[in-house]
Amino acid sequence: MSKARQLADLGNVYDDGALSNRNLIINGAMQVVQRGDQTGVIANGTYFVDRFFYSGVDEGTWSLSQSTDVPSGSGFSKSAKMEITTADSSIDAPDYAQLRYKVENQDIKHILKGTSDAKQLTLSFWVKSSLAQEFKFRIRDNYSSTTRQIIKSYTVASANTWQKVTMTFDGDTGGDDFSGSTDTDGNITLEWMLGGGTNFQGGTASGSWEDFDQTKYDATDTFLTTVNSTFYITGVQLEVGDTATPFEHRSYGDELARCQRYYVFVERGRGSARGSATGASQNAYSHCLPVEMRAVPTCSIYSVGRSGCSFEQFVNLNKQHVGVNVNVTSTSYWFFNDGYTADAEL
Amino acid sequence: MEQITITSAQYIAEDGANTSIRATIDGQELFVPLDPANRHYAEIMRQVEAGTLTIQEAE
Repeated sequence: MSKARQLADLGNVYDDGALSNRNLIINGAMQVVQRGDQTGVIANGTYFVDRFFYSGVDEGTWSLSQSTDVPSGSGFSKSAKMEITTADSSIDAPDYAQLRYKVENQDIKHILKGTSDAKQLTLSFWVKSSLAQEFKFRIRDNYSSTTRQIIKSYTVASANTWQKVTMTFDGDTGGDDFSGSTDTDGNITLEWMLGGGTNFQGGTASGSWEDFDQTKYDATDTFLTTVNSTFYITGVQLEVGDTATPFEHRSYGDELARCQRYYVFVERGRGSARGSATGASQNAYSHCLPVEMRAVPTCSIYSVGRSGCSFEQFVNLNKQHVGVNVNVTSTSYWFFNDGYTADAEL
Repeated sequence: MEQITITSAQYIAEDGANTSIRATIDGQELFVPLDPANRHYAEIMRQVEAGTLTIQEAE
C-alpha cells in the first residue's frame, strides 16, 4: 500500500471520528477465553471465546474452542474455532448454526442509526473454513419496532486457507432512532451464518437495511451435514465509516477487563475459621468484582475444595460485589475455597 | 435472549425480602439477581408471564 493511500485512509478515519478505540468489538483477536472450550451437544447461547457465542438449533455435536491456528504474518496468536464433530444427518426446517456477537447499545449509539445522519459501518475479519463456499453475515437490530437486518455474503475461495474479509454497511436511516434504546441493553447483533434449514432459505437479501426476514439468508446446510467441517475466525473489527483500517491490537489485560464487564471467572475464593458453631451460616467470602459489570450478575459456584462446611447461597449480589454464605458443619475448623462465575452477558 | 431451559426456580430471601432466585438453567444451578437488565432474570420473568414457569416461594 502506498503512503498516499495510507494517508488518504487515515484522513477517512479522522473524518469518521475514530483515531483510537476504533474497534467496536471486544476480544476481536480471540485472546480471552474465561469459560474454556465447549464440546458435545451445545445449548443455544453458549459462549466460548469471550463475547462470542454459538446460536443454533441442530442435532449435531460441536467442538467450540480457542485455537492457535492463525493467519500467517497477521500478528494474531489466537482464533475461534467451530467444528462439527457429529453431523446432523437430517436438517429440519428451523435448524441453523451461527456465531454471534452482541454490542452494548451505549457503545454504538454514535452511529446515529435510525436517523438521516446514520453512519456507515465497516466490518473486517480473517476467516478459514474447510468448506470453500459462500457464507452469509447479518447485522440485526431488534430495537426498532419492526426488527431490521442487513445481510451481506462473502465467499471462502479456497478450503482451509486463511483469507481476509471486508464488508461495508450503509447507515440505517430507517427503523427507530437508536438513541432511544436502553444504554445497557444489547439490541444490535452480529451473526455469522454457518448453515440452516429451509426456514433460512429461498429469499434474496437486498444488501441494504430491510425488515427482518430469515429466508433472506438463503443459507445452505452443507456445513451442518458435513462431519468435521470447520470455521475459524479472528481479527474481527467493526468500525465507523467506509474504510477497514488495520486491526487495532489491544493488550491482553485491556481486553480481559473489557470482557469482565460481561463475565467474570474467579477460580478460587477463600473463607475459613476455627472454633465455629455447627449449623451456623457464615459469610465465606466477599469479593469486589474486578470491574463494574453491565448488570447485576448471575452467579454459580466453581468447585475447588471445601471442608467442614457446605455452600448455602450467594448474597449481596450487585454490579461490583459477590458474597458467598456457607453452612458450617465442623466444630473446630472449616474452609471454603470454591470460586465462582458471574455472568452479566447481554 | 437465546432460548434457555429452566427446570426449577425458587426465591431466596434475606431478612424477609426476596433478593435472588435459585434456578436450574440448562442443567446448572444458578443464582439469578432480581435485576431486569440480567438476561436470566428477564427470561425467567418472560416464562412466568407465559405461564410456563412458576417461581417457588422462599423457604
